[in-house]
Amino acid sequence: MANSALHLSIESREGKTVIIPAGDWLIGDLGQVDKQIRNVCDKAGADHVQFDLSQLGRIDMSGAFALSRLVRRSSEPNADRHFTGNHPYARKLMMAAHENSNVCPIPRPHPQFKDVLIRVGCAVQDMWDDFVGTMAFAGRLFQTLYNTLLHPSRLRWASIFSVAEDAGMNALPIVGLLSFFMGAVMAFLSANLLAEFGASLFTVDLVGLAVLREFAVVITAIILAGRSNSAFTAEIGSMKMQQEIDAMVVLGIDPYEALVIPRVIACVLMIPLLVFAAMVTGLIGGALVAWLQLGISPTLFIARMYEVISIQHFWVGMSKAPVFALIIALIGCRQGLLVEGNVDSLGRRTTMSVVQALFAVILVDAIFAMVYMELNI
Amino acid sequence: MTSSAESVIEVRGVENAFGRHVVHKNLDLTMMRGEVLGLVGGSGTGKTVLMNTILGLRRPQAGSVQVLGTEITKSSQRELIRLSRRWGVLFQNGALFSSLSVRENVKAPMREHAELPNRLMNELADLRISLAGLEPEAGAKLPSELSGGMRKRAALARALAMDPELLFLDEPTAGLDPIGAAAFDELILDLKQTLGLSVFMVTHDLDSLHTICDRVAVLADQKVEIVAPIDELLRSPHPWVHEYFHGPRGRAAHDAGQPQSAGG
Repeated sequence: MANSALHLSIESREGKTVIIPAGDWLIGDLGQVDKQIRNVCDKAGADHVQFDLSQLGRIDMSGAFALSRLVRRSSEPNADRHFTGNHPYARKLMMAAHENSNVCPIPRPHPQFKDVLIRVGCAVQDMWDDFVGTMAFAGRLFQTLYNTLLHPSRLRWASIFSVAEDAGMNALPIVGLLSFFMGAVMAFLSANLLAEFGASLFTVDLVGLAVLREFAVVITAIILAGRSNSAFTAEIGSMKMQQEIDAMVVLGIDPYEALVIPRVIACVLMIPLLVFAAMVTGLIGGALVAWLQLGISPTLFIARMYEVISIQHFWVGMSKAPVFALIIALIGCRQGLLVEGNVDSLGRRTTMSVVQALFAVILVDAIFAMVYMELNI
Repeated sequence: MTSSAESVIEVRGVENAFGRHVVHKNLDLTMMRGEVLGLVGGSGTGKTVLMNTILGLRRPQAGSVQVLGTEITKSSQRELIRLSRRWGVLFQNGALFSSLSVRENVKAPMREHAELPNRLMNELADLRISLAGLEPEAGAKLPSELSGGMRKRAALARALAMDPELLFLDEPTAGLDPIGAAAFDELILDLKQTLGLSVFMVTHDLDSLHTICDRVAVLADQKVEIVAPIDELLRSPHPWVHEYFHGPRGRAAHDAGQPQSAGG
């Protein structure tokens, strides 16, 4: 199908502006003449425009629209005085384009200084609403949990085990590996620092304390927040988008009982295992660096640990684990249930879910630190 | 160039199989320029598979598919892209981009394929939206804010974005109320007459078959069993075709469609 090039020439004849379109007027090439047509449109009175269609090749709806712009303000756009020359269908198309040329008004926002304040205010309000919403969700969750535990037969073991495998077992390698590196980095840092005071042996104290009390559990919580919490939001969110949640409600299945409780229980049950693994690999990482860098043999490392690190540090770390798991599962499920009908909202909720979970974990960790300090533990 | 004898779709000896399950075997189908061809068939006969094969979304195990003179099964990515400017596709659920407004949805193919000033693109998008029978205000809305029928129309506006010669419709009236479905049929007929479109349409809607299809292709026994104008199909002795058009719903649609098809 040979295309002949689009061309537009304009002549003045007997007080009329004669528009002579030639070649093929198809959507792909209209960019070339759009400006020219608009200029003519501004100058020539619409009532004096006449089209000479005799040289026109093929024309599509877009081409017809571009031409019909010239007579849009005419008193009778379809009058015979506007047209000379024959074309099988151009005039019909131009009229169809003319009749459909109503423009959608799109309001243009004028950015103002007060918009900045409004946004800040809205963000603060949203944070507060989110906090209240999360608390309400937690309340509803505990209520459901209580009811479920009174009737243990209602627990969905299949989904608990499935989530436990996915969020717990499958996270083991990555949690262990990361914690190993954190222990090693910790040992490196303290080795350099403490060697200046000739107190290299205190590396063991520092690594032991940091890994047991803080690093193991915080790293596990961060992995869980990035890995499982986002998965919860995406899973529940896409179910929400497909109306599966509505279907559950209509079938008399409580979505909290079917979706939220198994995830919360699985996370709370599995996180001690993950934290324990993180503690072990973290200490191994620290011990390895202490051995290679400072010549503290593993035997000495273990003996020193027995001497200075009491078991309560282990329990401090472990005691935080279920709380973090609860927060993470809760936020993930809540954001999933808040997803609306479109893809955008799914993406936004997943992001928000990870951010909120990380924020909450760090915040709660700080609160724990203060409480334990006051208690002298 | 636009002689009525020119074919826009030529399917020859196509074979489609999923594992051992053979959907199509030795399937032939020809569609002429300017006609509205309806494709019917029972559930699971592979109507959508056939449409996907014609659109190049799926490579058949054997056979050739020519669309607008291009061999789909052997063409490169670039040739397929060039071809995609000349056809418009309306998917069953609209498949609008949910993060873009209706107007942006319509502009998406224009941005990709034509170098147009933004102002003109906006105007052309609004023209499509109006042609598809939507209010101008719909352009600023997101697909999730539209009703099912409006979403179909918005998807049609996007399918029309590049002024296609060939329009594919997958169950365009499914999920619309009878009034909406009739209006949609009317709209497609109108567009076909104004724009000179060729329309390939998968449908179960007996009313659509009666009112707007020039010919109907029946998919049965892994191939296109019959292609004929609807009046001829009504006389066909093929058991499935007979059941389809002479069942209670078929008869009702026939009675209702008769005066309209005489007028159109």
